[in-house]
Amino acid sequence: MTVLTQGLRDGSIVAWRNLLNVRRNADWLFAAVIQPVMFVLLFAYVFAGSIGSNPAAYREFLLAGIFVQTVAFNSAFTVIGLANDLQKGIIDRFRSLPMSRLAVLLGRTVSDLVVSCGALLIMSLCGLVVGWRIRGSFLDAVAAYLLLLLFAFALSWVGALIGLAAPSVEVAQSAGLVWLFPVSFISSAFVSVGGMPGPLRAFAEWNPFTSVINAVRQLFGNPSPPGLPMPHGWPVDHAVLYTVLCAAVILLIFVPLSVAKYRKVASK
Amino acid sequence: MTASNQVAVRAEALIKTFGNTRALDGVDLEIPTGTVLGMLGPNGAGKTTTVRILTTLLRPDSGRAWVAGHDVTAEPDKVRRAIGLSGQYAAVDENLTGYENLYMVGRLYGMNRARAGARAKELLTRFRLNEAAERPAKTYSGGMRRRLDLAGALVAEPAVVVLDEPTTGLDPRGRMETWEVIGELVADGATVLLTTQYLEEADQLADTILVIDHGKVIASGTADKLKSQIGGERLELVLAEAADLPATAKVLAEVGSAEPVVDEHTRRAHVPVDTGSKALIEALRRLDAQDIAVLDVSLHRPTLDDVFLSLTGHSAEEEKDPS
Ligand SMILES: Nc1ncnc2c1ncn2[C@@H]1O[C@H](COP(=O)(O)OP(=O)(O)OP(=O)(O)O)[C@@H](O)[C@H]1O
Ligand SMILES: [Mg+2]
Repeated sequence: MTVLTQGLRDGSIVAWRNLLNVRRNADWLFAAVIQPVMFVLLFAYVFAGSIGSNPAAYREFLLAGIFVQTVAFNSAFTVIGLANDLQKGIIDRFRSLPMSRLAVLLGRTVSDLVVSCGALLIMSLCGLVVGWRIRGSFLDAVAAYLLLLLFAFALSWVGALIGLAAPSVEVAQSAGLVWLFPVSFISSAFVSVGGMPGPLRAFAEWNPFTSVINAVRQLFGNPSPPGLPMPHGWPVDHAVLYTVLCAAVILLIFVPLSVAKYRKVASK
Repeated sequence: MTASNQVAVRAEALIKTFGNTRALDGVDLEIPTGTVLGMLGPNGAGKTTTVRILTTLLRPDSGRAWVAGHDVTAEPDKVRRAIGLSGQYAAVDENLTGYENLYMVGRLYGMNRARAGARAKELLTRFRLNEAAERPAKTYSGGMRRRLDLAGALVAEPAVVVLDEPTTGLDPRGRMETWEVIGELVADGATVLLTTQYLEEADQLADTILVIDHGKVIASGTADKLKSQIGGERLELVLAEAADLPATAKVLAEVGSAEPVVDEHTRRAHVPVDTGSKALIEALRRLDAQDIAVLDVSLHRPTLDDVFLSLTGHSAEEEKDPS
């Protein structure tokens, strides 16, 4: 068996095990139902009601931001899951077995991808209820969902590194979430990047979060509400391309780093 | 080096340091194929560290080790194929059922679904976990978890089985069952490395005992060899009347292997013996003939503490990890 096929086979077994955990812990209830529904309703009604002159248009604009933020926050499950497995000695058990080195991390990131699929489905349904619509073509919509999942998968690998580096489960719990607040809020998720002060604006314009949100808005055909300045620049004009590039770069950096860290942590 | 088909596990001059702690300070060991090595040592002696190096979980700072003919640092995958490990702390997935835990391990050893499922069922029966097979492991008692973890080590019928304190936390029945399982493993030709803090356990199970302290092997040999070094068992009596003590001391001096020790206050007398229960029966027979009433009688096997006292001159208890 080649390294890759064994990695995929063993990874799928680990993913199966993780999903059983997600189901039995009722993690899915929080990750794929409560959090998505809450985010959609909170932002759609609290924010949309107080910002801008046209709440309905703003709600439609918001949804892409909520989609991205929710799947991004799901990467915290990778962080906590790995930190837990390390602490409980499950990783030792895995490492004493003749299984692929990649399998534990791949299994983790893939199982979280499955949870994100569920979250996206629930959010889309909620979105339809509050007035969000897919206005582009069917293929564009498929592309939008694939882009969201690619981005979620890339962030899971960032989460994997944090989970392996965290000295305890408690630290992992906060570290896995805390970095997501600035990067997801300093973006085009809820406001127009054009209205931010200089340095924040530069960060937000090139922030991969902004890019995936803009790409998803373009693909779903969700327009900017009246009154929000239209953003400009290369990342906006090439949102899909830039998002794919960002995801590729994140994966190229964090997959090898996480795998190396996995070997080191586990054999120290 | 001896041919690998005769020596299943071999370690040479293993050294491992954590910060300022020298966990292993030049450990050598050799386990002939099909035998049991019992590694005996107090807390912090370096037992787990040795186990982790031999099972590829940890790299030694220096020294080399081979398991089933493969170098643990150069060919860890081949070593993993040959071993089954049950670590000191049960590494079971609490949210998975007993069946799912074993099934997963089987699959990760490369078994197909049918084979992994059948093997899981077999092991659940063997470890009396049938009734709990469909319950998440978090509902298991400590002993049940321990047994499930041990079963996990045996899924692939490995040639070398490594058990880190396999009976710690088990009740007497669980301990006896684990001993039986280890006996069966050896009967099937497996080689076993087990660590323990109980001399009695090493005595029962191991062909060779290795006593380790401060990361160094301080004694090794058969149980008999070690015991003769320590001085065998001790016969202890409690009398009804203190007045009988002198006569009792005389009897004990005859059946024992050294001078008896008498304590007036507690009406106790004890003496080291070589012949175990024979000495006990003989002593009681003679005391009975003199109508001396005995309240309590016991035969103490040497404990880990006795081993340490005689080998190092200090008690094993003093060795406890300061943490
Ligand atoms: N990861 C680690 N980091 C720092 N020190 C360690 C680590 N692992 C072991 N040690 C230290 O190395 C020494 C040997 O530990 P080890 O776990 O091998 O002992 P042990 O014989 O298994 O003890 P016990 O009976 O308590 O399980 C101890 O002093 C321990 O504190
Ligand atoms: Mg230990």
